Amino acid sequence: MWPRVSSFLRRLFADFPSALGTTIMLVFLLLAVFGPLLAPYPYDLPIYEHPRQAPDATHWFGTDHLARDVFSRVLVGARSVLLLAGGGTLVAVALGTLVGLVSGYAGGWLDELLMRFFDSLLALPALLLALLLLGTLRATYGEDVSAVGKGLGVFLVLAVVYTPIVARVVRSVVLAVKTRSYVEAARLQGESLGWILFREILPAALPALAVEAALRFSYAIFLTSSLGYLGVGVQPPNPDWGLMVNEGRRNVSQVPWAMWFPAAAISVVVVGANLMAEGLKRALREE
Amino acid sequence: MTPLNDPLLDIRDLTVSYRTGGRALDALRGVSLRVARGQTYGLVGESGSGKSTLALAVMQYLPAEGAVTGGAITFDGRDLLAHSRADLRHLWGRELALVPQDPFTALNPALRIGEQLAEGLRLYEGLNEEEGNARAVDLLRTVRLPDPERAAGSYPHQLSGGQQQRVLIALALSGRPKLLVLDEPTTALDVTTEAAVLDLVAGLTRAAGASALYVTHNLGVVAGRTERVAVLYASELVEDAPTADLFRQPLHPYTRGLLDSLPRPGQRKDRQRLSGIEGRIPPLDALPPGCVFEPRCPLAVDRCRSERPALDEPVPGRHVRCHRWPEILAGDVSAARAPQAALPLPLATGESVLRLDDVTVQYPLRRTAVEALRGESKKAVHAVGGVSLSVNKGRTLGIVGESGSGKTSLARAIVGLVDRTGGDIDLLGLRLPPRLSDRGRAVLAQLQMVFQNPEEALNPYLTVGESLSRPLVTLLNLGRGEARQRAPDLLEAVRLPRTYAARRPAQLSGGEKQRVAIARAFAAHPDLLVADEPVSSLDVSVQANILNLLNDLQREHDSTTVFISHDIAVVAYLSDEVAVMYLGGLMETGPAAALFRPPHHPYTEALLSAIPVPDPAAIQSAIRLEGEVPSAVNVPSGCPFHTRCPRKIGAVCETETPPWQTGTDGKRIFCHIPLSELAAEQAGGGEKWEE
Amino acid sequence: MLTYTLPRLGFLLLTVVVTSLLVFVIAQVLPGDVCRVILGREAGAARVAACRLDLRLDDPAPVRYLRWLADFARGDWGDSYASGVPIRPLVLERLRMSLMLAGITFAVAVPLAVALGVLAAVNRGNWLDNLISLGSLAVVGLPEFVTGILLIELVAFRVPGLPASSSIAVGTPFREALPALALPALTATLVLLAYIARLTRAGVVEELKQNYVRTAELKGLPRLTVLVKHVLRNALLPTITVVAISAGWLVSGLVVIENVFNYPGLGRLLVFAIDRRDLPVLQAIVMLSVVAFALANLAADLLYAALNPRIRVGE
Repeated sequence: MWPRVSSFLRRLFADFPSALGTTIMLVFLLLAVFGPLLAPYPYDLPIYEHPRQAPDATHWFGTDHLARDVFSRVLVGARSVLLLAGGGTLVAVALGTLVGLVSGYAGGWLDELLMRFFDSLLALPALLLALLLLGTLRATYGEDVSAVGKGLGVFLVLAVVYTPIVARVVRSVVLAVKTRSYVEAARLQGESLGWILFREILPAALPALAVEAALRFSYAIFLTSSLGYLGVGVQPPNPDWGLMVNEGRRNVSQVPWAMWFPAAAISVVVVGANLMAEGLKRALREE
Repeated sequence: MTPLNDPLLDIRDLTVSYRTGGRALDALRGVSLRVARGQTYGLVGESGSGKSTLALAVMQYLPAEGAVTGGAITFDGRDLLAHSRADLRHLWGRELALVPQDPFTALNPALRIGEQLAEGLRLYEGLNEEEGNARAVDLLRTVRLPDPERAAGSYPHQLSGGQQQRVLIALALSGRPKLLVLDEPTTALDVTTEAAVLDLVAGLTRAAGASALYVTHNLGVVAGRTERVAVLYASELVEDAPTADLFRQPLHPYTRGLLDSLPRPGQRKDRQRLSGIEGRIPPLDALPPGCVFEPRCPLAVDRCRSERPALDEPVPGRHVRCHRWPEILAGDVSAARAPQAALPLPLATGESVLRLDDVTVQYPLRRTAVEALRGESKKAVHAVGGVSLSVNKGRTLGIVGESGSGKTSLARAIVGLVDRTGGDIDLLGLRLPPRLSDRGRAVLAQLQMVFQNPEEALNPYLTVGESLSRPLVTLLNLGRGEARQRAPDLLEAVRLPRTYAARRPAQLSGGEKQRVAIARAFAAHPDLLVADEPVSSLDVSVQANILNLLNDLQREHDSTTVFISHDIAVVAYLSDEVAVMYLGGLMETGPAAALFRPPHHPYTEALLSAIPVPDPAAIQSAIRLEGEVPSAVNVPSGCPFHTRCPRKIGAVCETETPPWQTGTDGKRIFCHIPLSELAAEQAGGGEKWEE
Repeated sequence: MLTYTLPRLGFLLLTVVVTSLLVFVIAQVLPGDVCRVILGREAGAARVAACRLDLRLDDPAPVRYLRWLADFARGDWGDSYASGVPIRPLVLERLRMSLMLAGITFAVAVPLAVALGVLAAVNRGNWLDNLISLGSLAVVGLPEFVTGILLIELVAFRVPGLPASSSIAVGTPFREALPALALPALTATLVLLAYIARLTRAGVVEELKQNYVRTAELKGLPRLTVLVKHVLRNALLPTITVVAISAGWLVSGLVVIENVFNYPGLGRLLVFAIDRRDLPVLQAIVMLSVVAFALANLAADLLYAALNPRIRVGE
């Protein structure tokens, strides 16, 4: 096992863009897990002695219009990005894999039905669906929808919108693999459905799945930060990066850094996820 | 000037390297050959020999990572390597033309056939639009496309593979080139189509006075159609000679081995065991230090291990790269293996293992919305239409047919991978349910299959040992641990090292993968093995070993085999009984020993005459089928073969189902023509098979 | 052709049904009592009851769905909860504004992106390709609001005549709206450009590997003929689909961009409606977008079929 993993890692780090993307994602993961511990200041409390401070040695990213430390907010915000975008992606990947496997393997009318249904769901742009859902939630429950509630909404949207996409990717691999001789041999040997789906077919889908997951994750960050920016996602004082850009922009003449640093954070992570997806695609193809 | 002083193509000491992952590997090493003006030259090699690289190097169209790193190519007195890309564009088409391997992808799908021909013609001959189109139609007529005007207006997807290959030949000839390079031009085609296309090329190049370089893996293809043959192995040229000499007395042990690997028509397993070449072609990054063939050579001596042989000229006009040619030439040693004992024959009993009764397989076609609205009835592909057969215990039934004959559908219906739509299948006297999911594990254990493509025969994510242990777990109810321990025994049974259990399929060669697949199929001691084209994706030198193995295992397990192939020579060699299929139905059945003796069904006759026999002296009748295999959606009425039958006797063939006629030697033929008549006409056909 | 068109029309219908069902469930079933949403939580029971009767909320959900769908199809999109005005004229005039923006974006982005993609593919591996690929990757990574803000900061205050805010009056004629359209259109163009160029490049690179390209080259045809007549003819076909898909992206992108620039299109109205808890407006906009996107896809499918001989000329 180990030689394969290490040779895979070597390929992943072989070219610069992919190495950069992978490193960015690893750093981001670490920050998302340990960010709140590393943050030098509380993310939601003003530091009265340094209001609207430009970036300097004590406040690397400066302080915002409410005198909060932007660096700490960006660090803490990483976790919310990971939980929302990463969690939503994970749910979609798990669900999509399952549906794609079953639908592709079963074939017939079930497959036909599911895929047509998924196709039509794809006609709904993710952001619009998210806005509709969050807008309805707000209209129904007013401003007292908890952050958890909003988070769940975003979660649900990601699952609804990305599950079909992941399912299609997995299904296309299943269709290509299920007629291969080794799968047919397994059927002739009386292997169980579970064994055939998960041991014979799924491994072949893993490369495509990994690439798709990385891509989906980058789009999910895109979506959640856009919702934050539009002010319909999570609410203040949550240090959501998109929301921070929104608040920063309102005060851009006084605290431009409060807008640029979270904006840069979003961009770096999205580009990182994209680069890593490209790198994964190459590294897994060479296997 | 004599042709040899002024060759059209002169390749000297050519070395071509590919750069992969920072390393340069030689795909060709010091290859020299000369093609005289007007000569047809065969270039034979297995996969990995470098033959396609040579074809592309001659065209000067190597991929970006490949480059000529040594030697010279002189074409018509000019140094090809000194040509710039712009110079080459003036040579391509006009003097040098390529007929590529895969006709299905070699034509532009978005342009009409006529235009794809005419654009070149306008360029070469300065024709205007109208003249170009007219010449294009002429060319299509020259390559004997039916209805050339219509073909010119068609897109490639509207033509069959054989027709597309004819278009590509027309294209290659359109600039009246001096040299035609044919890179496996018929590998993607059916046997009968292959024969017709090869005849066509031979005739046209001769008529045009052009030289031709045939690149192929098939010795039979070059045997009757070229003047000289060169044999490539592991990026080196090991032998070249006039065709007749090479086949009569090969000087290189590899050439000998290749020739012995092929079952010749008439050769049967009960008389002579095939002798394949042991081992595998070495990878380019691990070539042996001495002779490249040494690790597999039956004649290798110490010197072969250390010293690379030079390309000698033992006889004027013949070259060989072997240290031991003097002894081979003198007849002191022979690379032919000691006369091999005939294969042990399985004990045949009268007990029927498999009985098919009127089995049909149909794949329903979905009606489009429009057809449904018009009230058209549902259509189906009639893959197998009413086949009845029986195989006795210990025997091998060979089923032969071209693509679209339904042979694979029949095989899959037997094992349950497709649901039969009608008829009964009995295994050991018990009715088999059509659906796989209705067959219990006990039934599954009795019935196993070996598949065509070894590359996808094994799960790449499991080790060989894991793959082999699975049937022991599921079919023999062993514990996982015990099954794992038994896996190396199974490897041993297929003559593979026990250590292979820890390997992954990617570390195995094609032949080794197929051996593992065979081991897996035999793991639970099946009563019946269905082998669907088990050797057709393998190199010739490996095929023979697999065929021998299949037969040995059948004997050891006392099992019965259904062997399916498009290659009638292989089927005749390995089978006891043969069934010939066309368009979903049986045309002829009978003992394999009688297959080559008339009377034949006219379709069998065509198959026999299309065999690429690796013997330039063989005389074959030139029965060639016209037209295309009809669609299996609308199977022709009467005799399904009547649309292409060269012996069609009249309206009765179109309207009435032929009778099954039984001959004296146990043959049964599905034809209106009386057997005596068929026998009389075919006896004069000139077939001369080794008996 | 008919056998190709008919199933696609059917699929269009299915799409509308599936998505409208989803919209209905979210906007009408999820809130429980729509009248509570309209009237607010303090409203008396009598007013709520009257409202329920008025909107026929006591009918079973399937009946309400069918009625709502039929009304929508007929063009009766109801009245805004917030302002009481009919929704259709309100939404349609905003749609016109959004279409102006989308139109400019497509007109500029598609030809430019295809040209860049082809250029990168033909020069694959050299500096030009790297430059184009890297540039498009960077732009793809930036969310639209970041790109938009960057452009405002970098361009708007330096180039005279380009306003930072595009909040013009709804119904401004195209010619007068042009200066206000410039930056939002530039933002959308950049992102669309990157997206389409990347996919075009991938398509052309794939096509260059095909065997028929070798056949064409070995005929001795000039390089440009091989490229234009043989490669592009095949490579650009899938671009039609790419452009159609990017239309869907543009719908989302415009929502963000219009809000960054305060441009009075559908996207701005959408966020406005969320702020005002105006559910019918929200629904109407989402439905309209879905139908528009589905129609764009249908058009692309038909165009693709018309240009592809493998579909146009059947077996």
